Parts: sequence; structure tokens; C-alpha cells
Amino acid sequence: MEAKFKVGERVKVMQAFPLGHVRTPYYIRGCTGEVERVCGSFPNPEELAQMRDGLPAIPLYRVRFRQAEVWPDYRGAAKDVVEIEIYQHWLEKA
Amino acid sequence: MSEEQGKYQPLTYFQMMEVSLRELLVEKGIVTEAEVSAEVEAMRERTPERGARVVAHAWIDAAYKRRLLADGSKACEELGLEVGALKLVVVENTPEVHNAIVCTLCSCYPRMLLGIPPDWYKSRNYRSRMVREPRKVLSEFGLEMQEHIQIRVHDSTADMRYMVLPMRPAGTDGWSEERLATLVTRDAMIGVALPRTA
Repeated sequence: MEAKFKVGERVKVMQAFPLGHVRTPYYIRGCTGEVERVCGSFPNPEELAQMRDGLPAIPLYRVRFRQAEVWPDYRGAAKDVVEIEIYQHWLEKA
Repeated sequence: MSEEQGKYQPLTYFQMMEVSLRELLVEKGIVTEAEVSAEVEAMRERTPERGARVVAHAWIDAAYKRRLLADGSKACEELGLEVGALKLVVVENTPEVHNAIVCTLCSCYPRMLLGIPPDWYKSRNYRSRMVREPRKVLSEFGLEMQEHIQIRVHDSTADMRYMVLPMRPAGTDGWSEERLATLVTRDAMIGVALPRTA
């Protein structure tokens, strides 16, 4: 599967709540960040957990989020960030 | 052993599941008891000294450091370290940036370089708070981070594994790679401590 997003591009994590084994943490759903790097493609863990092959492999990104935007009451420095791996099907263009 | 530990305790749910699964796999001829023991031994042999070797090598060889930051897995293989299928991402501390690793979903950890994770790394406390109030958690580890330093928390959620490349301590000019490696602790490579000072 082709990578839809490039390094530096703004992306938004889907606000979805599917059942099953999901590797997108709750706290980051609905947040907007910037692609830090494209990690390559990997079998979909949501499918692997159901004993299926998880293919086609899905592009995986490291996305950088500003902590102040993730936690409205964040008390650290304004420039602090959290970086998370997110699969392409959880992202949309921001 | 305390008196409490010496007493008979019934197996927990997950211990029971492990025993049942292992016995079934052996019974069906999929693995042998010896293979299970060998894997446990191999796991025990992987210690943070492996990661320390990588860090010390990056400290003395700038070209290696560049390769390590570009492709962690490949750079480890250069040193003869087997990293397996998971990809290693090495993140570099600088005077402006401090990195720390957590896995909020479970307890993903760069076992290939740091061995078996400490219990606190798997605790709910660390996993939930490291991402939410990293400066407070770091201060509980004895690390006060100044305001001008950016804290980068890496939540290890999928197929990457992370290791922090700490800054080389001052006063170590001319040190051998082996001697430098003795300064690199497990916690410094997780990002909750700095290396030992010279």
C-alpha cells in the first residue's frame, strides 16, 4: 500500500472507537500532529489479532504532537512533544 | 525469602494460561521443553550492556552515530547484535532535547538491547503518567529538566522499538570505548536518567 502522507505533513487521528485489538491510544484520537517519519509498511495489527494475515501491509508513521494540544491542562514547556506510531488507516489530512 | 513468599500460593489466571499453553505445545510436538528453557536463557542473557556498547561506539565514531540515528537496526547489526524483526529507532539527546521512552498500551521495550524491562516500566503509574506529565515523572527519577529543554516522549505503540542515545559526559576525552560503556546505564537508555559522570 502506498504511503499517503509525507514528512512534515499535518495529519489528524480519527476519532473512532472500534472494538478489538487497536494500537492507537485513546488519548491521541482526534488530535492533530505532524508526520515525523514514514516507518515503512507493516501488517495490520487489528487483523493479526483476529488470526488473519493483516495484508496488505499498511504504511506506519511516527507522528509528532504538541503536548499542550494533547492535554489542555499540560503543565510542562510549550515546546514539549509526544511522538506516536500510527497506522495510515487511522489518519486523515488535517 | 520472606515467610509470605514461602507459602503455597495458587496460580494466577495468567500463570495458569501460560502453563496450559506450554504443556499443550509440548504435547503436540510444536516445541520441546528444552527449546522453551533455551529461549528463557537467551532472554536472560540479553542485558543493558548490549545497548551500552552501541551508545559508547556512537560516542567515539561520528559516522557510526549518523548511521545509528538513520537506521538503528542496521547499525546494531554492524556490531554483531541481532535485533530481530522489530525496527530500532534511536533518538538522540542534545543540550536542547531530552528523550524518554514509554509504551502506554502495554510494555513494548527494546529487549534486544536492554534485556528484560524493569517492573516500573510495565506499571500503570509509569505508563499513564510518563505521557501525561513527563517532567514530574522525570523529577521523581531525580531528573530535573530545565524549561528551555524540550521533552520528547516516545510512545512505543506499534512496530518500532526505541532507545535513547544520551549525551557523552564531560571529562571523558580520550576514554576507550569499553570504559565509556561503563557509564551508560539502562535508565539512561530509557531516558529517565543521565549516564554516570566521569
